[in-house]
Amino acid sequence: MSTAPVIQVTGLRKRYGSIVAVDDVSFDVQDGEIFGLIGPNGAGKTTTMECVEGVRQPDAGRITVLGLDPIRDVYALQHRVGVQLQEAHLQKRIKVSEAIALWASLYRTSVDPRLLLEQLGLEDKRNAWFMTLSGGQKQRLFIALALINDPEVVFLDELTTGLDPQARRAIWDLVRGIRARGKTIFLTTHLMEEAERLCDRVAIIDHGRIVDIHSPAGLIRRHCPQRSVLLTTDDESAEARLRALENVAVTRADDGVLTVQGNAADLMTGVIQCLADHRIRVTDFQTVVPTLEDVFLKVTGHTIRE
Amino acid sequence: MRGLWNLTWLEVKIFVREPLGFIGTVLIPVVLFVALGRSLGERVESSSRLQGFVESDFPIFVVMLTAINAVVSLVAVIAIYREGGILKRLRATPLRPHTILTAHVLVKLIFTTMTLILLALAGRRFYPVALEVPWVSFGLALLLTTISISSIGFLIASVVPTARFAQPLGSLLLFPMLGISGLFVPLEAMPAAVQGVAHALPLTYAVSLLRGIWLGDSWMAHGWDVLGLAVVFGLCTALSSRVFRWE
Ligand SMILES: Nc1ncnc2c1ncn2[C@@H]1O[C@H](COP(=O)(O)OP(=O)(O)O)[C@@H](O)[C@H]1O
Ligand SMILES: [Mg+2]
Repeated sequence: MSTAPVIQVTGLRKRYGSIVAVDDVSFDVQDGEIFGLIGPNGAGKTTTMECVEGVRQPDAGRITVLGLDPIRDVYALQHRVGVQLQEAHLQKRIKVSEAIALWASLYRTSVDPRLLLEQLGLEDKRNAWFMTLSGGQKQRLFIALALINDPEVVFLDELTTGLDPQARRAIWDLVRGIRARGKTIFLTTHLMEEAERLCDRVAIIDHGRIVDIHSPAGLIRRHCPQRSVLLTTDDESAEARLRALENVAVTRADDGVLTVQGNAADLMTGVIQCLADHRIRVTDFQTVVPTLEDVFLKVTGHTIRE
Repeated sequence: MRGLWNLTWLEVKIFVREPLGFIGTVLIPVVLFVALGRSLGERVESSSRLQGFVESDFPIFVVMLTAINAVVSLVAVIAIYREGGILKRLRATPLRPHTILTAHVLVKLIFTTMTLILLALAGRRFYPVALEVPWVSFGLALLLTTISISSIGFLIASVVPTARFAQPLGSLLLFPMLGISGLFVPLEAMPAAVQGVAHALPLTYAVSLLRGIWLGDSWMAHGWDVLGLAVVFGLCTALSSRVFRWE
């Protein structure tokens, strides 16, 4: 990596009374990547992100964003970053176009508000009051507000929480579009699927501590390399044939389903080859690839929903 | 102060869109003032005590009520904005915190001014007694008073935990202050202990200043009132800037 990281966090700590929300957190975010902070509710994601945004004062640690100190240089930084806060609201009776116009007037540079609303599919909601927007529309408005100043770094805190799957997918496409325009994106989510589909790299955070940082595929390879094939067949010889494959474990369930497990990347190829070579007829074939959920369970000892 | 005018104008528009926003703040006081004034006016001839009331105390009362109402609703707006996370969202922009708060004070001042101008016009036309009042001086005195009470409003807004308590608490603190401000019962007629309390309260100085200027006193005669209001403003602003919470 030739350029310096866009965000550098070292030894960040923050407590609320006796609750330690963030405990010695360190990570870097590189130029042009989508970096995700993932973990269950209460893990310390929002606190960490708000310290980086300069909205919250850390107790200890060093943070730089674009070479600036988020607390000391907050007004300089605000012109260069875009922020979407978790659980934000606007005035009930503010119109979409008024919110965009106000935001545009606050920054030194701004993109064309009309174009932005069009890109986010809000142009026919220009004159709607904030209180009349749906959850997805509100979220898109907040993304628009975060992009109005053509920021170099965009912060997105739980941007699809509470949205239906369709709206969620639309927003994912949008975020990819933002990265395609060369922006750096720092997001948080407690949705593992979202992290896996969207992020170039993720940091897993639990109880205020970073557990591991890598690309989603890298984390899976590192912590949950095991894949499985589940198949159903009437062929009595199948179990013995599959057992003959190298580095695999085969188990048979009560209902006759065979499970073939192994760590090798070409496990599927080996199984298919074996079935073909011995002309084994299967009536059902299913592969199970580990996800970030499995990684999370493995590294923290609990599921993300606990 | 970047964005102050944009934000102020926007908040004015938003306020007008609120159900009862404009009617409740601007029209109702004017209608009440005229109706009550007229019904009292019919009996003015028969009592000189009542005449004094109609000529100065009642108008001052209405003016104070308008100002206090504005401040109570300022407290409520700030509490609602804080609870809803709106203040926090605005603070994450280049808007400076004091710009956001100043905009809200300006909005209240704009509507209070509007109410008072309408009151004055309605008074000219419908009020039972003709009044010669130094309007410019009185306007200035009123501005000073409102800004000073607003700072109390900020202090209240800084400490109320939720929006639901903001409005009642504001009323609960400000209206009793008005009760012993000397407007209804002369200060000298009150028990010594109550007098002591009254002298520690800003509304007492506000009423004394407004009534004095209304009746044609010079500013010099009310130097202490002005000082009292200024001290309250300084104290409350300093305190609330220390304890104000944005979320
Ligand atoms: N303003 C606050 N006051 C007190 N405790 C807080 C506050 N904000 C967050 N917390 C606590 O800090 C911990 C981390 O919260 P948060 O950073 O919001 O986590 P996440 O965003 O991962 O859900 C939680 O235990 C939460 O209850
Ligand atoms: Mg959060």
